[in-house]
Amino acid sequence: MEYGLFTSIIHAIVIASTPLVFAGLGALIQERAGVLNLGIEGLMIVGALAGFASALAGYPLIVSVFVAAFAGSALASIFALLVLRLYANPVATGLALTLFGLGLSALAGSQYVGQAAPQVAEWIIPGLNHIPVIGRAFFSHDPLVYLSIVMAGTMWWFLTKSRAGLILRAVGENHSSAHSLGFSVIGIRFLAILTGGALAGIGGAYLTLVQTPLFVEGMTAGRGWIALALVVFASWRPFRVIAGAYLFGGVSIVQLHGQALGISIAAQWLSMLPYLVTICALVIIASRVKGENSAPGSLGITFKESK
Amino acid sequence: MIFVEARAVTRWYHEWIAVLIALLLTVATASALLASLGLDPVSSLHRIFIRPLTSVYGVSELLAKATPLITIGVALALGFRAGVWNIGAEGQLVMGGLCGGAVALAFWGIDGFWVMPLVLLGGTLGGLVWGAIPAFLKVRFNANEILVSLMLTYVAILLLSVMVHGPLRDPEGFNFPESRLFHDAATLPKLFSAGRGHIGFIFAILFAVLGTWVVKYWHLGFEMRVTGLSTSAARFAGYSRDRTVWMALLIGGAVSGFAGVVEVTGNIGQLVPNISPSYGFTAIIVAFLARLHPLAVIPAGLLVALSYLAGEAAQLSLGVPAATTQVFQGLLLFFLLGTSLLVNYRIRLGRVV
Repeated sequence: MEYGLFTSIIHAIVIASTPLVFAGLGALIQERAGVLNLGIEGLMIVGALAGFASALAGYPLIVSVFVAAFAGSALASIFALLVLRLYANPVATGLALTLFGLGLSALAGSQYVGQAAPQVAEWIIPGLNHIPVIGRAFFSHDPLVYLSIVMAGTMWWFLTKSRAGLILRAVGENHSSAHSLGFSVIGIRFLAILTGGALAGIGGAYLTLVQTPLFVEGMTAGRGWIALALVVFASWRPFRVIAGAYLFGGVSIVQLHGQALGISIAAQWLSMLPYLVTICALVIIASRVKGENSAPGSLGITFKESK
Repeated sequence: MIFVEARAVTRWYHEWIAVLIALLLTVATASALLASLGLDPVSSLHRIFIRPLTSVYGVSELLAKATPLITIGVALALGFRAGVWNIGAEGQLVMGGLCGGAVALAFWGIDGFWVMPLVLLGGTLGGLVWGAIPAFLKVRFNANEILVSLMLTYVAILLLSVMVHGPLRDPEGFNFPESRLFHDAATLPKLFSAGRGHIGFIFAILFAVLGTWVVKYWHLGFEMRVTGLSTSAARFAGYSRDRTVWMALLIGGAVSGFAGVVEVTGNIGQLVPNISPSYGFTAIIVAFLARLHPLAVIPAGLLVALSYLAGEAAQLSLGVPAATTQVFQGLLLFFLLGTSLLVNYRIRLGRVV
């Protein structure tokens, strides 16, 4: 069955954006707890490799996703230990995490280069997929696409409606106050980092399981950094992460199809757009009076329990 | 039970003991990793870390790789002391290379002693501008300098790519995305007959000495240190936070830009789409390995440069990917950060009192 160019492009945008949604949500949950983790890129690629290895070994998709999530969490726990217990500088630790993840995945993944993972079946949503144009574009995807949207909804519910979510936000806004109220700052941040690691791992796995069923070293290609930018762009809101991810994904696809769409400027100029938009978003958010859309108050500040 | 308690007195050697422990732990973990791949750790480590240093060529390559790492590491050490997180040195390096390279191409074929200084100046200004953007946005709008400088890194890499694919492409280069080779007046002299070690290394050493001078004896260095240690103390002393942000990012930008133009004119000899294997990011490790002491950046830079050579050697002689370098670098940084706790705290066995 042939689809129009427009439909194919939207379909491709959804595929390109989904890893960013997962990774962005993974960064978001940590930042809401006051943890700035610059290691998302490393977590993603380790998840990409773990998920891929599991799929090659013949495990079903759901198992591969769990394996990737576990791998992300395991790597993130190193970050948690260093930052939370050993008071290491979070900026440098995150960077170390990225380097380590990229190196480790290249080392362990060299045996998988050139192999292809089995194709993931699409879950076509009956009824909705017959809507002209958008039916194919939005409602005939692999299950992970739907999962990414469900995740965003769950995270929104968790952060705004649940008691645990409110505690997590309290820890992120002012860890000293949260501590004096008797909440375990370290414990909550630890869980947030593990959850974030798992989500980033799934985001990475999406690349190897669905987007390009191959593993290549360094294949995350800066998506982990984009995820961090996304969170700022989204002013720390789960649903806006989806919007931001689709914008970033959209630009990357449009630039690929630029020729077909009759855009004649060099692809690199278009590729710059997401980064420039993010800088603008950073400026707009930061220059506002502290309020609704600003960063969590204790973001990136080391918490030391005074005895 | 094991617990940590703050040291009453911190002595200077505590820092270096922590670094030593980190190095030992890195070697131990790397050995374990190599053993798990079925390789003999001792001979493998010897082959990838020692053998590259046994020839003039190897040493020359080491100095070539250490040059940008030391140059940028010094500037970052200054900035990090001030608590300004310039993570975008990579972008500033790329802009330096691009702008300096553009100047070199503009004066292509013209001989004159003034060409080289002009090229270096062009590169330094390019990096300076790229560092000034996050500084301005931080001071004026309080935008996070980590994310802005990082985003600008990607913009810089794309900008370089546009330029080498377009306006700066070699007209006789069969459409390859490369510029012309710089002519002799815009090329830095080599240090040895073999390898790519060039005179930029001497500049790097000078930067490290200058940086130490600034930190130790200049008021600016003191001001930056105070601001980094305690913003309230700095405010009380009347030091301006904005000034510190400006200085840290302008110095970081200009020096990284200089490192970039030195890299293209000393090492590569033309503009290509990819002028740096993440030197700007790796320099962050170098700065931390040196515990933010500019003079200690020299050995730290050499050591990290060795990890690049080791990666190449590992690829050639052990058949593992060159990205293994990053495993070493990541491990080293993990252990350094982890053990830095030992500087201000000590580990005690017994019950918490």
